[in-house]
Amino acid sequence: MSSLLSSPLTWGDALVIFLWGVVLMLVVLGFVTYAIFFERKVIGWMQFRIGPNRVGPFGLLQSVADILKLLIKEDTIPRKADRLLFILAPALAFVPSFTVLAVIPYTQKLYFADLNVGLLYYVALSGISTLAIVLGGWASNNKYALLGGMRSAAQMISYEVPLVISVTGVVMLSGTLNLRGIVDSQSGGWFWDWNFIPQIVGFAVFVIAAVSELNRTPFDLPEAESELVAGYHVEYSGFRFAFFMLTEYVYVYAIAGLTTTLFLGGWHAPAPFLDFVPGIIWFALKFMFIVFFLFWLRATMPRIRVDQLMGLGWKVLLPLSLANIFITAACIELFQR
Amino acid sequence: MGAIRTEELLLNVGPQHPSTHGVFRIIVKLDGEVITEAIPVMGYLHRGTEKLAENLNFTQIIPYTDRMDYVSAMTNNYVLCNAVEKMMGLEVPERAEFLRLIVMELQRVASHLVWWGTYLLDIGAMSPFLYAFKERETIVQLFNELCGARLTYNYMRVGGVKWDAPPGWLDKVREFVPYMEKKLVEYDRLVSGNEIFLARIKGVGRYDAETAISYGLSGANLRCTGIRWDLRRSEPYSLYDRFEFDIPVGTNGDCYDRYLIRLEEIRQSLRILKQALEQFPEGGETMGKVPRVIRPPAGEIYSSIESPRGEIGCHIVSKGKAEPYRLKFRRPSFVNLQILPKLLVGETMTNLITILGGIDIVVGEVDC
Repeated sequence: MSSLLSSPLTWGDALVIFLWGVVLMLVVLGFVTYAIFFERKVIGWMQFRIGPNRVGPFGLLQSVADILKLLIKEDTIPRKADRLLFILAPALAFVPSFTVLAVIPYTQKLYFADLNVGLLYYVALSGISTLAIVLGGWASNNKYALLGGMRSAAQMISYEVPLVISVTGVVMLSGTLNLRGIVDSQSGGWFWDWNFIPQIVGFAVFVIAAVSELNRTPFDLPEAESELVAGYHVEYSGFRFAFFMLTEYVYVYAIAGLTTTLFLGGWHAPAPFLDFVPGIIWFALKFMFIVFFLFWLRATMPRIRVDQLMGLGWKVLLPLSLANIFITAACIELFQR
Repeated sequence: MGAIRTEELLLNVGPQHPSTHGVFRIIVKLDGEVITEAIPVMGYLHRGTEKLAENLNFTQIIPYTDRMDYVSAMTNNYVLCNAVEKMMGLEVPERAEFLRLIVMELQRVASHLVWWGTYLLDIGAMSPFLYAFKERETIVQLFNELCGARLTYNYMRVGGVKWDAPPGWLDKVREFVPYMEKKLVEYDRLVSGNEIFLARIKGVGRYDAETAISYGLSGANLRCTGIRWDLRRSEPYSLYDRFEFDIPVGTNGDCYDRYLIRLEEIRQSLRILKQALEQFPEGGETMGKVPRVIRPPAGEIYSSIESPRGEIGCHIVSKGKAEPYRLKFRRPSFVNLQILPKLLVGETMTNLITILGGIDIVVGEVDC
């Protein structure tokens, strides 16, 4: 890929780049479709239910049917809504969620954009989605949506800070912001060479902040259905709502990929004698574990209160992640020099 | 630049809202997310039960009581029948009284399970709701076998019960009690210690005993302040004086105490059930000697019992006819709800749900 990107653009190259883009998009859309199915199944099993099992074999087409339903629904825009912003918000949420996927490396060979500042790029772009959520909440001209949008602004800003600071430790250890470089720096052969053990505090903070960034249980306050009905997307229906949902699940994909890359050693096998298994399998396994973990949380946790959420973000996670930087720096100074 | 103009946000919570447990509406004034004023609006489910009852005979009123507190229909049946029986001085056969007591206690377990599940759903935990409804399903099935209905039972009659227990029914209840005890321990361990859950409900919606009494609260809403008042003990009716059970009380008067009390009440109900099943009489009638037309003598009576939500009372004014001259129900949900506006001031939107859920209302009973 990198050779393609650095060589002069020809029609052939453009076609290849385009096709790869389509492939990635299909993979992500396939993931979203089956992640929703998987989530419903897993949570169903955890709750003594069966989960979707009617549409297609084993209910495999359930999500397809749901998405189709959303796409062919009537497109309603509230009369008092701010039309332009109302239409813009879902697109604004959806575009960055896909663009961040470009920097995630799947294996040594398979990656899309080899950016020097990959991590920074991810963090910068994913912040734009917050804007879209606030915009959607504001433009709906609905009080519940507004409350949801405001909550989400407060939440995402307060959790983006610890999220970024918690990965600083990883960056210090690997000495690069390039995500491929970060994975390479974890290649010791064994699983204890992965960042999640030396960076256990950073890892914990990262996971908590990431769940919060995803607006998932127990941090699903922006759309807390028992208080704010549906929060920022209460007025959205049809394909605009589908876009918001899609964004949410694409971010699940992105965060799972990012966690795997930063802390779980990317494509590396957990032990040297397991090296014969291709890297993509290891990546997929770790990735699926994170996704499962997120769904598991949803079946287990109650929702945290908004003031407690802020307290946790600013009073616990931020100092912890800052302390993590100091400890990491001290350790590097003491042991690695 | 002038100061930014701020204004209070007037928010309609309900009547269509996922956490008002039906068609209940609260108008809240919000300053940011803090509530400055809350006005409950009731009556969306008003069906005029008390007025309708004036043109019905007492057997015909029983189905209406089912529809008041539809989560706990058996206790509602009982309060009406009990009032009429007291008025007419009727004897209820022991077997019938035992059956009544067993279904009432099963109902209390079912009702508290519904509360437990929906309360956690309000707080944002999804799974306990389904666990609670799974266990409640067993009870509902038992009721279904007993009287052919899952929700509105119309089971009791003045002077007894409509149907005797079908063969094997009591054994099923005997199996259910230890099963539920085991499950309760599991659910208690699953939820009660959860840090997020505790942080959400501890110290929320606090009031003291004096306030509770002056608002006329009853049930767990009263007992959470430390007052040991349960009509099953304080003014025993039915056969409750024959059984051993404890009345759990709280100390802090917050949502957490109310939660613990309701869980403990499930345990105590199971204890009563166990004893009742042991002492259950072998044979006997299920209907006492009741005149063909039920005509209570002229006069008034107020009789109250402990429903899962508190003191449910029935006030009958009779002129010696087959229909009551005036019928009034004291509905615990309605009375307990009156403290809500006081509790909500200064709380956040999130706590609104926690407090409202903690009071445990059934809108069918609030509006009647």
